[in-house]
Amino acid sequence: MSLLFKGRQQASSHKVSVMQRFFMFFADHFRQGINSLGELYRVPFASLMTIGVLGFSITLPSTLYIMVENTEQVTEQWQQASEISLFLRSDVNDTQAQQLIGRLSSWNEINSVEFVSSQQGLEEFQRLSGLGEALDYLDENPFPPVVLVIPTSKHASPKAAADLLDKLRKEREVDIGKLDIEWLERLYGLLSIAKELVYLLATLLFFAVVLIIGNTIRLNILSKRDEILVMKLVGATDAFIQRPFLYTGFWFGLLGGLMAWVTVTFILIWIGWSLDAFMQQYQIQLDITGLNIQALVFMLLLSVFLGLLGSFLSVQKHVDEIEPK
Amino acid sequence: MIKFEEVSKTYPGGQQALSKVDFHVEQGEMAFLTGHSGAGKSTLLKLISLMERPNVGRVLINGHDLGKVKRKQVAYIRRDIGMIFQSHQLLMGKSVFDNVALPLIIEGHTRKTIFKRVDAALEMVGLRDKTKSLPITLSGGEQQRVGIARAVVNRPPLLLADEPTGNLDPKLSMEIIRLFEDFNSAGVSVFIATHDLGLIARMKYRTLTLKGGRMITDGLSQQGGWS
Repeated sequence: MSLLFKGRQQASSHKVSVMQRFFMFFADHFRQGINSLGELYRVPFASLMTIGVLGFSITLPSTLYIMVENTEQVTEQWQQASEISLFLRSDVNDTQAQQLIGRLSSWNEINSVEFVSSQQGLEEFQRLSGLGEALDYLDENPFPPVVLVIPTSKHASPKAAADLLDKLRKEREVDIGKLDIEWLERLYGLLSIAKELVYLLATLLFFAVVLIIGNTIRLNILSKRDEILVMKLVGATDAFIQRPFLYTGFWFGLLGGLMAWVTVTFILIWIGWSLDAFMQQYQIQLDITGLNIQALVFMLLLSVFLGLLGSFLSVQKHVDEIEPK
Repeated sequence: MIKFEEVSKTYPGGQQALSKVDFHVEQGEMAFLTGHSGAGKSTLLKLISLMERPNVGRVLINGHDLGKVKRKQVAYIRRDIGMIFQSHQLLMGKSVFDNVALPLIIEGHTRKTIFKRVDAALEMVGLRDKTKSLPITLSGGEQQRVGIARAVVNRPPLLLADEPTGNLDPKLSMEIIRLFEDFNSAGVSVFIATHDLGLIARMKYRTLTLKGGRMITDGLSQQGGWS
């Protein structure tokens, strides 16, 4: 629309059908998008460096994240096998212990119960620890009778097992109850710290990516200074001038994201090989997950977002600054 | 068409480029602006094309006060003014066609319109056979004509030219002026800044003369009016 001359014929006042304008809009964007890709292709080395920075910056947190997620899954497997050790009071004799076992067997939270008498405990300790002779100096057997309780799989989760433990502790014969997944809970805590660190690292790296893309786009803008001046002189709006640079940011993001996905895939396959050997020793089944289509889409979206954000911030600032004088 | 009301412009640093300039170029008129280098010609044109804003006074185009134009609207204002520069301001990496088509692409015309209009504009300046050439391979006069084709391709009602014949010999200069006369006779208002007095002397056009930022003569060209 002409601001100075009413009724002056310009593109927007031409008789162009809505459909046609709709189509033109996409055709224009498509053309500009392809042009921007062509610009990247014309300076392959510089483009690859920027794409590489973006790709690797996303690779690192992605890999770490997937590793942490998978470790969590492994620990969940272990927790399923949790058992509760009940150390009975030393004055409890075998008969009383058997009565306790009889009672516990009927609880529906409990899958099976095993009794280790103080004598058995002593023998096992002597056999495994190699400190058997030291025990000979003691007047009496220091080992309390122990009942090992294996909860049903439904009650094997950390929370349910802890509840069960509380209930068991109330039994008269029980002195100390111990859940053997407490160390796993500690690991769990460590893992959540690791996760926080991954998030922190990711945030910092993403910041860096936005700045790097922003700077790259800034250099692109400056190298096209003369062209931008001419375009402004003949009436180009800022939005029109900014568009090709935004597309450049988009392509950086998309290609960087693809690169990250490929890299993460290779890293995980490679780690998978060495992990397999390690895990077999512990008879743990571990399939590294996280390389699905969802992850790909997420990584691409994230990296396109970062690319666009970087270029957006840059064009907002620098296209504005170039004014014909 | 172009109206200056008591316009003064002082650049940051205190250099006074224009002081109390007052004139009116009518619609459909062709006028020259002349004066020594540094007399304020460029500043005056920059005030019209909104590259600079006046400190005092008003600049009006077709009755619209440019002081009320917001930053975001500047681009649209420039689409109404065909501008021609001494330094041509062409995109050296793009073909003649792309250069001339630029204002149309910016306005969002369809491909068909673009082809038709670029063709017509290049025909007018006599460069139809150079469509695919790069500007760098053209002579100075040809480059200037590409610039003119670009300025008129979207048929603006007003043409501004800053030293359009600056680097050209008298014969080529005359050809360029003849082009402007053609546009003018088609109803376009033309305003040309030049220090080429010989060129103006050969024609009877209204001439505005600037000296030290002041308008000293306004009337038909007189030889040596400001020297």
